[in-house]
Amino acid sequence: MTAAAEVTAVSAAVPHPYRVVSRRVDTYDTVTLELAHDTGPLPAFAPGQFAMLTAYGIGEVPISLSAVADTADNRARRLIHTLRAVGAVTRALHATGPGGVIGVRGPFGTTWDVPSAAGSDVVLVAGGIGLAPLRPVLHAVLADRARYGRVALLVGARTPADLLYPDELRRWAAEAIQVEVVVDRPTDGWTGHVGVVTTLIPLARFDPARTVAFVCGPEVMMRFTAQALRTQGVPAPAIRVSLERNMRCGVGWCGHCQLGPMLVCRDGPVVDFARAEPLLRIREL
Amino acid sequence: MTGEVAARVASHPFTAGLAAEHLRTLCEAAAPLSYPPGKRIFAEGGAADRFWLLERGSVALDLRVPGRGDQVIETLVAGTVLGWSWMNPPYRWQFGAVAREHTDTVAFDAASVRRRCDTDPAFGYAILQLFTPVITGRLQATRLRLLDLYATAGQAGRP
Repeated sequence: MTAAAEVTAVSAAVPHPYRVVSRRVDTYDTVTLELAHDTGPLPAFAPGQFAMLTAYGIGEVPISLSAVADTADNRARRLIHTLRAVGAVTRALHATGPGGVIGVRGPFGTTWDVPSAAGSDVVLVAGGIGLAPLRPVLHAVLADRARYGRVALLVGARTPADLLYPDELRRWAAEAIQVEVVVDRPTDGWTGHVGVVTTLIPLARFDPARTVAFVCGPEVMMRFTAQALRTQGVPAPAIRVSLERNMRCGVGWCGHCQLGPMLVCRDGPVVDFARAEPLLRIREL
Repeated sequence: MTGEVAARVASHPFTAGLAAEHLRTLCEAAAPLSYPPGKRIFAEGGAADRFWLLERGSVALDLRVPGRGDQVIETLVAGTVLGWSWMNPPYRWQFGAVAREHTDTVAFDAASVRRRCDTDPAFGYAILQLFTPVITGRLQATRLRLLDLYATAGQAGRP
């Protein structure tokens, strides 16, 4: 390893302190944190990339970017992450309020490459917390709406109470985006769709031959969604999925996130389904 | 059956791939039907005497649960088919169905379609080929929901 590479390696392994400047409660177990750097910003994150967030003294977890902030002020480069309290680290991050400090490493991984979808119809399919990594895609499309064809957002959630960003869903629906929502378990008063997210695909208005699909959610959900999109005629290379494995180092050294020939932290998380599908079929991976 | 109804049946995604002669046979049992929001289309236990191609709107499949009222199991959207209990004895609905919004359909008389299936096995096989992917698709969807994929380990009762 060269001296320059060693410096880069060490730099990528050291968390930068970021201060929580706002904490919005999204659902009973999910919050969106806006983070501002204390000692200087990390390089700019792109939609689809993830950060390793550290709860000091507890541990570190990979969390995707859920919005691109401060596009007009590159010096600020605030980070916005939506996270769900499911384990020791995420529970600690979830509980961190304004003024609290979180360690951040990144940006890591591949991007959704939103600009390459220009001129195509765009279909986004989100399952559960998977809507968070897709939100920057929608923001990018809306910021340059004329460059894209029809846009459909299909969202699946466990219950109505688990639905992320309900206000934004309403706003997106008013901004020439087709928004369809389905829940697995309706509660009293729910008047929307009930079932799995794949049942929304026939409702989406898009031309399969000129569509780019962005899919994020539990792996099984992504597999079935990709199959349903392919049945509709969307080619596998035009379906992008965000994979999740045991990301640790973030830069492809440690091998914890290996998926066949890929290291998901470096070669993913976003990959096209033509590449992902054969790997996801192998049980041992 | 009018030419307009035949055109509606032919253009529905459910009948894509159906041979022209089978489409004509199917259309002999077809009639347009619309339902206002909240209208019950059928009730659990009733005679399964029709099936419907949903053209516009959506339908909730429900089940009456004592103390909890009608619980929605699943919603069906335009472009899909409603009803398959007509295919096998005892020809009784296993669930109920309610229009969630204004819903336009083409309805088929089940007894008439069954008679045609009995007298023309090629037509019967074609109908079976139309319904089987729908049935397996809904079975797979139900299995996916049983996995409770969006739940945390605690919610799903996993260690």
